[in-house]
Amino acid sequence: MKLSGYIRPDGSVGVRNHLLIIPTVVCANKVAVEISRKISPSIVIPHQHGCTQLKPDLDQTTRILYNFGKNGNVGGVLVVGLGCESLSSDEVVDEISSTGKPVDTIIIQDEGGTIKAIEKGIEKAKRIYEDISRFRRESIDLDELIIGVECGASDTTSGLAANPAVGKAMDMVIDKGGTVIFGETTELIGAEYILAKRALNDAVARDIIHVIHSLENKIKGYGYDIRGSNPTPGNIRAGISTIEEKSLGAVLKAGSSVVKGVLRYGERLNSKGLFLMDTPGQDIESITGFIAGGAQVIVFTTGLGTPVGSPIDPVIKVTGNHRTYKRMQENIDIDVSQVLFGEETIEKAGEKVFKYLLKVISGKKTCSEKLGHHEFAINRIGPTL
Amino acid sequence: MRKTVYKAIAIAYRDNVATAIDDIKIGEEVLIKRMGKDFKVTVKQSIPFGHKFAIKKIDREEEVIKYGEVIGIAASNIDIGEHVHVHNLVSSRKMGYKR
Repeated sequence: MKLSGYIRPDGSVGVRNHLLIIPTVVCANKVAVEISRKISPSIVIPHQHGCTQLKPDLDQTTRILYNFGKNGNVGGVLVVGLGCESLSSDEVVDEISSTGKPVDTIIIQDEGGTIKAIEKGIEKAKRIYEDISRFRRESIDLDELIIGVECGASDTTSGLAANPAVGKAMDMVIDKGGTVIFGETTELIGAEYILAKRALNDAVARDIIHVIHSLENKIKGYGYDIRGSNPTPGNIRAGISTIEEKSLGAVLKAGSSVVKGVLRYGERLNSKGLFLMDTPGQDIESITGFIAGGAQVIVFTTGLGTPVGSPIDPVIKVTGNHRTYKRMQENIDIDVSQVLFGEETIEKAGEKVFKYLLKVISGKKTCSEKLGHHEFAINRIGPTL
Repeated sequence: MRKTVYKAIAIAYRDNVATAIDDIKIGEEVLIKRMGKDFKVTVKQSIPFGHKFAIKKIDREEEVIKYGEVIGIAASNIDIGEHVHVHNLVSSRKMGYKR
């Protein structure tokens, strides 16, 4: 199977070639966004973090921003800092430069304010963009790629059609030596023993149970009824009654392969196979975690329809709900509702998803890319001080 | 026009609920697809697309089974053909719910 992608200086592989503009702190967002507006093919990731965070949160923010810059889909990076923040832009530059890709920086306080920083930033971004425009696609293999798999705006068709079909496609990815990450830990409550049975060994089985149960205990500690938070009001209106029902449908999207290990949020992968990453059920925070882990493509099932994309990854939307497909066609790439009505087997639907994935890897744009959906959010651990 | 005549799906033989894949009217006799062995149930209430109804009698406090696994506990006695959702099905995980 012939796939094409970009091979970066450090050997990492990408399916896109983005110029990424990274503000190190929320205060640098506006300047970063204005630079990106003038260099229109660039992608910018404004966020709410980078300063006055307790160490675990600052470490998490740092990890996500470093790893976004290092992701194979990114050809070059411009880092925009304020000058006094906790997360120093020089550190970000050093870390991402270690991949060998073109990286530059501007610091708002050094440049002398908004307008001057934007002007200097545009100059620098232009130069990086010229650099990366010279990169060409080369032949790559599926075993060099990581696919993140997510479900969002679920209804009961997600568990009956879309997730089983995507699960089959993910089995095909693993079969060909590729890597798959799934997560949304809240939406595994009720399915933990199913996963633990498929763990590589006892240690991984314990990790799976631990990550799911400790979240469950944390939630119980808050003392709130989570019904309405997860499952969401939309999930409930659509027929999902309990978190267990949601989880048992959600877990199907990960397929049937052995679970090799459990990763922290946004932790970069360095092995192949199927991995569970501890991410929240909130879709944007979750896929941000997968992409920081190295995922180059996201396959995303949706029952009720969600437009969510990502800044640097193509997001492939799959639905098992024919009504949703009709209503939100501009946001949805694949319709597998034929599975519900017995018009197509889960296996055939899985093959359909797999073939589409291969096309997207080699350059076919997803609905989320065409519409310019670049959602980005970093999960919080504690308060800002 | 769809070729299929079944209007609900049950997954595992253990399941005591089926999920509607079309809107079902009260009193309708519904053909349910289950692993090649289809069967019929008459619904006692309107069941919206995507919602569940009982395909076996379920007692209060009994486990409700879908995908062959426990999805929760019945909060009241449920007859065959009755709508099963948040009014009579609660999570088996004690997470601040009033049971």
